[in-house]
Amino acid sequence: MTQVDEILDIVAQKAMVDRSKLTPDAKLSDLNISSLDMVEVIFALEDKLGIEMPFNANTNSQEFKTLGDVIGAVEKQLAAKSGGKT
Amino acid sequence: MQNQPRIVITGMGVVSPIGLDVPAFKKNLFAGNGGIDSVGFPYRSKEVRFPAAAVKGFDVSKYMDAKKANLLDRFSQLAVAAAKQALDDSGLTLTPELAERTAVITGTGVGGQNTLEDSYMKLLGDGGSPRVHPFTIPRLMANAGSSQISMALGITGPGFTVASACASAIHAMGVTLHMLRSGLFDRAITGGAESCLTFGTLKGWEALRVMAPDVCRPFSAERAGMVLGEGAAMFMLETLESAQARGAKIYAEFAGFGMSSDAKDLTTPDLDGAARAVVNALKDCRLKPEDIDYINAHGTGTRINDLTETAVVKQVFGKHAKKLALSSSKSMFGHALGAAGALEMLATVLAVREDKAPPTINYLGPDPECDLDYVPNEARSMPIRIALNNSFAFGGLNAVVVVKKAP
Repeated sequence: MTQVDEILDIVAQKAMVDRSKLTPDAKLSDLNISSLDMVEVIFALEDKLGIEMPFNANTNSQEFKTLGDVIGAVEKQLAAKSGGKT
Repeated sequence: MQNQPRIVITGMGVVSPIGLDVPAFKKNLFAGNGGIDSVGFPYRSKEVRFPAAAVKGFDVSKYMDAKKANLLDRFSQLAVAAAKQALDDSGLTLTPELAERTAVITGTGVGGQNTLEDSYMKLLGDGGSPRVHPFTIPRLMANAGSSQISMALGITGPGFTVASACASAIHAMGVTLHMLRSGLFDRAITGGAESCLTFGTLKGWEALRVMAPDVCRPFSAERAGMVLGEGAAMFMLETLESAQARGAKIYAEFAGFGMSSDAKDLTTPDLDGAARAVVNALKDCRLKPEDIDYINAHGTGTRINDLTETAVVKQVFGKHAKKLALSSSKSMFGHALGAAGALEMLATVLAVREDKAPPTINYLGPDPECDLDYVPNEARSMPIRIALNNSFAFGGLNAVVVVKKAP
């Protein structure tokens, strides 16, 4: 399983969306994933992948529009984490 | 409707992050002296800190003896302290006859959270005790605030607690207003109390990702969310007739109350739902939007609340929205959840009484979506005949009250 698959599996499970509909270019709004859903999705991603995402629902600095945005942000944190270890 | 008695405020008490009584609260409110600091908790050999507006220097022994205080969670201690101040301030002596016709109706969001967490820590923590304190339940119950006030003040009329998260105090004060109008009782202690600056609660709010990393700057550019507070504010309400008959000092008229439910999202505020509560409050006292000079906003400092509340004011008030002043006292004493509406009621009454709008402090500059007059950073002297106080709770339960200058 690739990392993207792993991320999308978590999104599908936590946001209760059909996994087959989840592609990187899918918009969160089209998938009916609300901001409150995202709070739970990110919490699960952090827990399972051992990362911390700088996500504050109040600032526009980290606004997720598509699943690709989420994947990109997770990969960035995973890279920072592995970079920190070497 | 025509023959409804008018209800007035004749006593006030407060224990808050910006003052342990009304004179101190008033001084700091208008001076823009905020009470947001931070609180720390030991956790796994580290200290974890959160921004918070705590009540500092509260001496419970001024209000009850140590044996009594031991029966009360901190939220009830704050409630009783504010209620005693309000009764003293009203000049009333509650004889058995008067006490029977007096109610106590107060709000709290969560109740005895300090007690709950302490007991869980003892029971479930490392090396924990297999037993919890025998007063755990009577301390933590949500109605403890109202119950303890009734016992401390000898109030023997109706008593109960209202819980609707961040709107608890406004709902409590609003139903008290309507019950007083209906003649169900003659006077009441009402308001709200909250104390949940606990590690578990703060972690819970942190997990919702709506908390600011430093201070609360409502309606401002670069605002980053809420800061939790604690405290209590209580009021003595009675009819205008009874207040005048006994020559009581009247702080303001409590003129109206409106509520609504969004029936939409758990945490995202709804423009139409909140606007309905404002319209209902105006209808309740037959006022027009142009009659309002000042609004003490819900103003939590979250991106979505502040832009929605701005849109609500524009929708209800039309052109008048640009003329009235609107400020958030949460910038000073944080979001005290079930006590918020009561602390803000006190700020609203003082604004009407002093003809002065309290400031929204920590304001850095305009947000393009928040373009009203938020009284940035400094209090402003201005005529305030009538003011609103908004609370919009999680769960989409909205409540708004109207305060008029004393008749």
